[in-house]
Amino acid sequence: MFTSKKSSKKTVLLSVLVYFSLLSLSGCSSLAIEPWVKPYERQNLADPIMSTSRHPIANMHVAHVYEARESSRGAEGTGGGGCGCN
Amino acid sequence: MLKEQAVVVVAVINMRISSILSSFAFSFVFIMCLLTLNVVSGSAEAAVLQEDRIDVLYHSYDGGGMNIDGPSILLRKKIGETLAVSAYYYVDTISSASVDVMSTASPYEEDRNEAQLGLEYLHEKTIIDLSIRQSDEDDYLGKSINLNISQDTFGDLTNLSLGIAYGDNEIKRNGDEIFAEQSQQYRLKFGLSQILTRNLAMNLNFEAVADEGYLNNPYRTVRYVDNNQPAGVGYQSEVYPNTRNSFASKISASYYLPYRAAIFLHYRYFSDSWEIDASDVELSYRQPIAESFEIEFKVRYYQQTQASFYSDLFEYRDAQNYLARDKELSEFDDITLGVGLTYLVPSKYSFGDLRSEASLQWDYIKFDYNNFRDPTAGGGIGTEPLYGFSANVIRIFYSLYF
Repeated sequence: MFTSKKSSKKTVLLSVLVYFSLLSLSGCSSLAIEPWVKPYERQNLADPIMSTSRHPIANMHVAHVYEARESSRGAEGTGGGGCGCN
Repeated sequence: MLKEQAVVVVAVINMRISSILSSFAFSFVFIMCLLTLNVVSGSAEAAVLQEDRIDVLYHSYDGGGMNIDGPSILLRKKIGETLAVSAYYYVDTISSASVDVMSTASPYEEDRNEAQLGLEYLHEKTIIDLSIRQSDEDDYLGKSINLNISQDTFGDLTNLSLGIAYGDNEIKRNGDEIFAEQSQQYRLKFGLSQILTRNLAMNLNFEAVADEGYLNNPYRTVRYVDNNQPAGVGYQSEVYPNTRNSFASKISASYYLPYRAAIFLHYRYFSDSWEIDASDVELSYRQPIAESFEIEFKVRYYQQTQASFYSDLFEYRDAQNYLARDKELSEFDDITLGVGLTYLVPSKYSFGDLRSEASLQWDYIKFDYNNFRDPTAGGGIGTEPLYGFSANVIRIFYSLYF
């Protein structure tokens, strides 16, 4: 039945969450992890052309349009936040 | 399926999702404690707040008999090096003659105003962000509060973020002074950004949302077969469950191409206690043109299954405990094709020699419904053609950095 299928998906998502929780634990305990991409090697990633939040006001509108027309919601990583418009 | 069985199944799903939400809440508190410890202990290098900017935008949505447009403004300003304030104001002017409005009601016009105020505090590598939001319509008032905390870690290769939000909504019905309903919304968010190589970064986002209260649209009706009516069809109000729990996960990647261009990919999976499963995938590409322009292309595909209590045409009145004929709860897919152009205004032409940009974005979205029929198109009841429409979405905006 569909409940068992949904349950297994949730379990996978939960496992991922727990994994990253543990990951954050190791980070917070000040373990000396060597960054494999040095700060001076990050100029490509820091280029504005790579920024997903380059146009925040436009991202908020995009999220608003999709949230009003589709049932899916959440985890956008940008604006959004619900509205009563139909 | 018998109604009793359906109720039991919904209860089981709600219990499972409640358990997921509890686990998520536990993880949230756990990580929040760790981040707080890190704030107290301090770190060697500091992060920085985003630069001051003001954005002014005009937006327009035109499709499916709806025309929505209006202005929007966003202001961010640092106060010293550790504090920033932001203000956002947004207006929708809506003129609606959509298919469900035309089949059972009259076209209408209304305004929606939204305002947000935010405060960001930076300490070492941690940013705490608190914001309040209000959305106001004739028949709807939504208020919410958001708290987010994010932290750079692992030699700043990783950024962890956590968010919590609470919203309270008051729903009214125009022309009905007695009608007054409420709903509440709770949101928990978790995000992880990871630098993988000097050209590749990835993000993971998870969000659980729980709603309770009046979740219907107070105007919308469902239709059912009624041979006593001359048209052969009768209408009754929608009835939605009083709770809705959902969980969404998104994975994204950004890749820098060697000739100074960027490619972005994301995939999101969504499911909720109304048995809607949805996913969307988006690919976009951005590159400069000459010295002063940037061009961006986007393609996105979305599909969803229907809510368990949705039907385009019920067999008789009160056919189920819950009834819906909202096309956004039906099975459908949509595809977006988008293009954007940004002009990097030379400082000599900008205000006070400040850096600024002017942008135009156009999205074409095509929706195809698999079990929502168009009653205005003619044909027998329940055999009308399936509905579909396309929309053009335009954003014109100007960003000034100061």
